[in-house]
Amino acid sequence: MARFLLLLLLVSIAVFMLLELIPGDPVDALVPEGATPEMREQVRELYGLNDPLLQRYASWLGGVLQGDFGRSFQTRLPVAEAIAERAPVSLELAVLAMVVALAISVPVGVWSAYRPGGWVDRVATLVTSATLATPSFVLGILLVYVFGVQLKVLPILGWVPFSQDPVQHFSHLVLPVLTLAAGECVLFTRLLRGDMLATLQQDHVLSARARGLPTWRILARHALRQSSFSLVTVSGVVIGRLIGGTVIVESIFSLPGMGSLVVNAIISRDFIVVQSVVLLTALIYLLMNTLVDLTYPLLDPRVRKATS
Amino acid sequence: MTDLIERPDSDEAAAPPPEETAPVFKPTRRRRRDYGAMLGAAWIGVVVIAAITANWLPLPDPNEVTDTFSKPPSWGSHLLGTDSLGRDTLSRCIFGARVSMAVAIGGTAMSLVIGVALGMIAGYFRGAKDGAISLLINFLLAFPPLIFLIALVAALRPNLSTLVFGLALLGIPNFARVARATTIAFAEREFVTAAKALGARPVRILTRELLVNVMLPVMSLALVVMATLVVAEGSLSFLGLGVPPPTPSWGGMLAAGRESLSEHPHLMFVPALFFFLTVFSFNRLGDWARGRVGRESSL
Amino acid sequence: MSVGMRVDRVNGMAESSPPATLLEVRELKVWFDTSRGMVRAVDGVDLSLRPGETLGVVGESGSGKSVLSRAIMKILAPSARVLRGSEIRLNGIDLSTVSPKQNKHLWGVDLAMVFQDPMTSLTPVVTIGKQLTETLRFHLGLDREQAKAEAIRLLTLVGIPEPAKRFHQYPHNLSGGMRQRVTIALAISCSPKLLIADEPTTALDVTVQHQILNLLQELQAKSGMGMILITHDLGVVAGRTDSIAVMYAGRVVERAPTRRLFSHMRHPYTRALIDAIPRLTDPSHTRLASIPGRPAVIVDPPPGCSFAPRCPSAQERCLHETPALQITADAPDHTAACFFPIGTPAGDAARRSNAEAGVTAAGTRVAQEVS
Repeated sequence: MARFLLLLLLVSIAVFMLLELIPGDPVDALVPEGATPEMREQVRELYGLNDPLLQRYASWLGGVLQGDFGRSFQTRLPVAEAIAERAPVSLELAVLAMVVALAISVPVGVWSAYRPGGWVDRVATLVTSATLATPSFVLGILLVYVFGVQLKVLPILGWVPFSQDPVQHFSHLVLPVLTLAAGECVLFTRLLRGDMLATLQQDHVLSARARGLPTWRILARHALRQSSFSLVTVSGVVIGRLIGGTVIVESIFSLPGMGSLVVNAIISRDFIVVQSVVLLTALIYLLMNTLVDLTYPLLDPRVRKATS
Repeated sequence: MTDLIERPDSDEAAAPPPEETAPVFKPTRRRRRDYGAMLGAAWIGVVVIAAITANWLPLPDPNEVTDTFSKPPSWGSHLLGTDSLGRDTLSRCIFGARVSMAVAIGGTAMSLVIGVALGMIAGYFRGAKDGAISLLINFLLAFPPLIFLIALVAALRPNLSTLVFGLALLGIPNFARVARATTIAFAEREFVTAAKALGARPVRILTRELLVNVMLPVMSLALVVMATLVVAEGSLSFLGLGVPPPTPSWGGMLAAGRESLSEHPHLMFVPALFFFLTVFSFNRLGDWARGRVGRESSL
Repeated sequence: MSVGMRVDRVNGMAESSPPATLLEVRELKVWFDTSRGMVRAVDGVDLSLRPGETLGVVGESGSGKSVLSRAIMKILAPSARVLRGSEIRLNGIDLSTVSPKQNKHLWGVDLAMVFQDPMTSLTPVVTIGKQLTETLRFHLGLDREQAKAEAIRLLTLVGIPEPAKRFHQYPHNLSGGMRQRVTIALAISCSPKLLIADEPTTALDVTVQHQILNLLQELQAKSGMGMILITHDLGVVAGRTDSIAVMYAGRVVERAPTRRLFSHMRHPYTRALIDAIPRLTDPSHTRLASIPGRPAVIVDPPPGCSFAPRCPSAQERCLHETPALQITADAPDHTAACFFPIGTPAGDAARRSNAEAGVTAAGTRVAQEVS
């Protein structure tokens, strides 16, 4: 916990310094072109840019802690509002991708390990090593080309709110979610297959087989449950990749999430938005990783005993 | 095991095992050559050489605008076609490889040196040094990778050297972790104890005794990191946050190709293929190297 | 019951009435496909076991005894190849013809196994009660209540105190000896006809070893099941088995009733094993006897007796010909695979001449024998 707080502090300092490091005077972004030095000085005073560094950091952090990230240079609207508006899109993408990845990789990983060298395993190995070599931005465009341009079966761009039309909502999400899920699917499948392969050769699985238990029960209860701990351990990493991944996917499929927000903000040099999004994602990532560490002992009775 | 019989024999009277009982090693009869890794090495080799010698190759200028727009790949002039501005795709791919390879090799080399140094110091000295380095590593890992890069390019204007620097930072934690774990494992071995007993200083032990052993797993990791960095650079270029135009990069070409996907799919497919082959090659080489390391040391 | 069977056998009717032999293993060969070549883990083993009988299988690590047990259980690793001509019959049924579906009802009900290490042979994430009841419910069709009652009865039977409390615990809450009792309870839960115990006490403390062995013996006496006790320690099987098969490099090199094996061992390897048992009568600080050399590597073995390189009796012939298991002159149920068996004129001469020369035909140095 102490480590978590210390990291949080470091991250906030780094994110704050991000704005300081940006070359050029931040006032340039705030004042119209050709502003007089007096105007610039006024703006400086208004935004507290003349205060010492530490004081500015303290007031910024105070604001952030109260949910005030500042106002966009561009739109003059509170950044918190923009984020609140867009976060649900990214969140839905990430959650759906996680669900899809698990739904595909768990059965495939388990069966590949159960019948190594079988056709499921061989096809899975082929597909995973191909997918591993296909960056998400390549895969996304490929999917758009195949399903949107050639087959014309799925919409390729845009976002339809769920309240407006649920069917359209989800059909617009199929390709983005698949793109996002593919990479995680590969990671999960490989991890689970390797882990299951080892577990299946352990005595307790042999012992369960030697008691004549049904195969599905051996796989689910005696092997998968133990192997799933490693899935939990990497899920922290996966969440990080998903947060990064939504940036790409939102850009390809023009979805109004946090990813497109941050990319547009960089292009229009709206750094306060960048700063806020980076801070927020790092916070979520750290929080999820800590959560994973905390839930781990709840799952494994052996660790549960050791820590209690 | 409380096996009486199996206990290694220390009796001097016992004869050394005769010839017949010596293990019969079949000389790699069944280990087929890894053709995937060989092809991978060949592809990487070709790309690297082409990227280095691009200026002397008989190629049109990658930024030379002609009036054959979006020509699909075919034999004759413009082997891989031209883009929507009439620029030669093959030439742009090869010049674009400079960015990808600079990032892959330069970025990996940089993060390898820093990461291994940090990891070995942390693993050898432990204590406060380990704590400080671990905190730094955890700090680097606290950001989702792509967000980390985006933040960096936002702060530092994107050009090739800041890209390499940013991507190198991204790779450091991987190397540091592996180097630290390996150092800890080897630091207890007899040859290290012997060196200490002979009065060797830490720097000497780290560089002469431990570095060789640490490098083995690190090298196979390096290949995987190269693949990741190529993808990471591609992602940035694709988002328009990579090397600024008109310098060609594969990610940038792909982003441009996306605009005319239905009319000229080759504008997307050609750079996509370069990405696929390169990442695939690095991955296969990484698998191959990991397999070899797995056999030579049991780490 | 077993008395009647023996009468059958004496009358020469063993062939026509299958139950006379519970387990029949013929020409079993299990090879492993490894990168170094074919490892002949089990290389032509014949065994038979009558109902209610206990067979001890003894050998060093790597002699193929565990692979033998796993082959009978049909739980070999995927890289194992059972060669053609191998035959394993349980109650006259060829196990290789049993479909995977029928297998489920063979395991647990007809065949059961106790593994070596109780630390690893119980699923760590499933409670002891659940592991027992799932087996009982699947094979015996008990409902939840019945299964729980039966599980607690079994736990009591194998000598676990507070069975109702243990029922809800995870394996890591129990000591090694207690865990092994649980695995035994699991193995006997459906009253198997044959129990294979693969080094059941190796991983346990010496004090617990005896308790577990006694428990197995007791359970066997009560239920009349056949048992194969696999061990590297002749001391373990000495008082507890009806007969013993000694394995070396994937083969049975000697098979005899237990008493006879200890009094009239024929194979030099058996003798070396017996000599390696420390005795209470030895003066303290006696150097433990050991067998020189290492166990034979069984990747593409050269012709000749696989024990020859370590054998104090080895002669020229042993290096070129592989001895087959043959009935010894004096007892029909005693077989040995040796050209120069101990206790025969030829064997004694071979041993003596080697001792005098100080070196065997395989080039192994031998010390002057005391006995």
